[in-house]
Amino acid sequence: MTEIAYWEAIRRAHDEELANDKNVIVMGEDIGVAGGTYKATLGLYDKYGKDRVIDTPISENSFTGIGIGASMAGMRPIIEIMSINFALLALDTLVNAAAKIRYMSGGRASCPIVMRTPGGTAHQLAAQHSARLARLFMSTSGLRVVTPRGPLDAYGMLKSAVRCNDPVIIIEHERMYNLREDVPDEESFRPLEGAEVVREGTDITLIGYNYSCHLCLTAAERLAQEGINAEVIDLRALKPLDRETIRRSVEKTHRVLVAEEDEAPVGVGAEVIAGVIEDCFFALDSQPVRVHAADVPVPYNAKLEKEAIPDADDVYHGALKALGKI
Amino acid sequence: MKASDQKRLLREMIFYRRFEERSFEAYMERKIGGFLHLYSGQEAVATGVLEQARVGHDYVITGYRDHVHAIKAGAPAREVMAELFGKETGSSRGRGGSMHIFDPTVNFMGGYALVGQPFPLAAGLALAAKHQGTDQIAICFLGDGANNQGTFHETMNMASVWKLPVLFVCENNLYAIGTRIDRSTAVVDQYKRVCGYDMPSSQHDGQDLDAVMESAKGAIDHVRGGNGPYFIEYLTYRYRGHSMSDAAAYRSAEEVEEWSKRDPIEVYAKKLKKAKVVTDDEIREMEKGIDDELENDIIKFAEESPEPRVEDLNKYVLDDDPDPRWIGPLASNGK
Ligand SMILES: Cc1ncc(C[n+]2csc(CCOP(=O)(O)OP(=O)(O)O)c2C)c(N)n1
Ligand SMILES: [Mg+2]
Repeated sequence: MTEIAYWEAIRRAHDEELANDKNVIVMGEDIGVAGGTYKATLGLYDKYGKDRVIDTPISENSFTGIGIGASMAGMRPIIEIMSINFALLALDTLVNAAAKIRYMSGGRASCPIVMRTPGGTAHQLAAQHSARLARLFMSTSGLRVVTPRGPLDAYGMLKSAVRCNDPVIIIEHERMYNLREDVPDEESFRPLEGAEVVREGTDITLIGYNYSCHLCLTAAERLAQEGINAEVIDLRALKPLDRETIRRSVEKTHRVLVAEEDEAPVGVGAEVIAGVIEDCFFALDSQPVRVHAADVPVPYNAKLEKEAIPDADDVYHGALKALGKI
Repeated sequence: MKASDQKRLLREMIFYRRFEERSFEAYMERKIGGFLHLYSGQEAVATGVLEQARVGHDYVITGYRDHVHAIKAGAPAREVMAELFGKETGSSRGRGGSMHIFDPTVNFMGGYALVGQPFPLAAGLALAAKHQGTDQIAICFLGDGANNQGTFHETMNMASVWKLPVLFVCENNLYAIGTRIDRSTAVVDQYKRVCGYDMPSSQHDGQDLDAVMESAKGAIDHVRGGNGPYFIEYLTYRYRGHSMSDAAAYRSAEEVEEWSKRDPIEVYAKKLKKAKVVTDDEIREMEKGIDDELENDIIKFAEESPEPRVEDLNKYVLDDDPDPRWIGPLASNGK
């Protein structure tokens, strides 16, 4: 085991997969000579060359489409989109092409691409650099969507995503690239499906994914000081969603909260809670709670931004509400 | 070219015309649903270009007007018709329909409904071929209207910078649905539009099979020779409306009449007759044989084939037989 940063974990997965299979290529803006905006491909251009670590022009829809076309011919492209905001430009090739080609060809063609992108809010990047679009991809059949919360998953899920035969969207987070965690020194993989109980508890289930999982863990610590024993679930995968792990937890704790960094409408929380109601409505002792961003474009002003985006405090207070304590 | 090949090509074009017109009838009989875009009038382009390609080896990709490209690229005609009928035996197992014919066994990589989407997919197929060191090329057929999409400009640029082995075939039939090209497009000669990407290009008569074949040969040699992409434009015309619901009232009778004088099948038949390669009687024989094949083999196969099973609705969304090492379940939850 070695403690490494999130970005180093992604870089290591790239390195190992590039070494493992000649059909693996990496594409994106400034990922080659410059080493990647978040250093996820640092040094790999020198190691694998310009034909395998490909600097693209600023043409998100078409370089993603080129990756998709290449994947139909046996390649395993890892496509980096600099920020999820820019992935909107690639929605045609991701949603209309990659997600549907297997189905509309009757299973005769497939698109094993990986698209990775940071998909959260950083600090004061304002409305056009703060989109959180997990819900958009989560609602698209034919895609897998995963949200690694730390280096272990960032490393192991990227490796699995490269090997998997489906298009996989990996949503990372600007505020997690320097987060550190122990990762095994030997090669390992983490599955693309399955939520994970990251803290066991009995009184309430706090559900998060990606960065919001950390908010849940922080809130759980604070609740523990008050004698409330919260269980925390990291969804890990938004598509397909592991409703079974959620159900088992809610049947144990009888209370549930979902924390998402995104706005609420038609969102991750809405989907998870709909599932809870369908799967274990009678296990609930109180109304489910969603903790989410304000329904506004993200403001630049730091005070307004803080107000718009949920933090651990909001999760803590949401939990008290679910527990009937406020 | 050998007389037997010339006769074969004439027969192919007549077959494509009849295939399309027969599917028109089947649509009127409600055997085919959805959108149906017919290729009648443009036959010489796909026939001539793909005659020069290495069918089954090179990648071929196109838009929604895709039946003829698929068949010429090697997809069995009965499977294409079965796909139009929505059958399990269809090219895409009845899941795609007319606009989404796929046959990766012959490297026909699909028909796509989103105008302009195949540009980058084609460049990606070419990138794979280049990367894997094969001598395959990718051939992308699209209409004039597609050139007004961002994907056109983005892809021409990348294909050129990366010297990808891809041939872009622009089938300029002067219309994008009901909008004539000069009303939507600043530069009407499409081949001129790629010079901003430093890509070689040319424009040719798309109604004369020999002209198509000759120009396509040069373009394909260029691409296969490792010289990067090529953009080739053919001037052509579609006879029917854009799709079945379009009466094409935006075109004058004179214009249609003018173009039908240059019908690609008639132009080629006339040439072959003059060269004494084929006689009127032989052509009539051909047509009879084609109609017989269409009715008694192709349509029959499509009619008699089973539909997909309702139980299989959820098949093909994701890999149906995934490797648990990558997919899970997650061990740590003690399930
Ligand atoms: C992205 C997108 N926009 C609009 C349409 C609707 N549409 C379908 S075909 C078409 C015209 C395309 O014309 P052209 O590229 O010249 O091809 P042609 O039909 O003439 O073969 C339009 C506007 C579409 N399918 N996709
Ligand atoms: Mg057109």
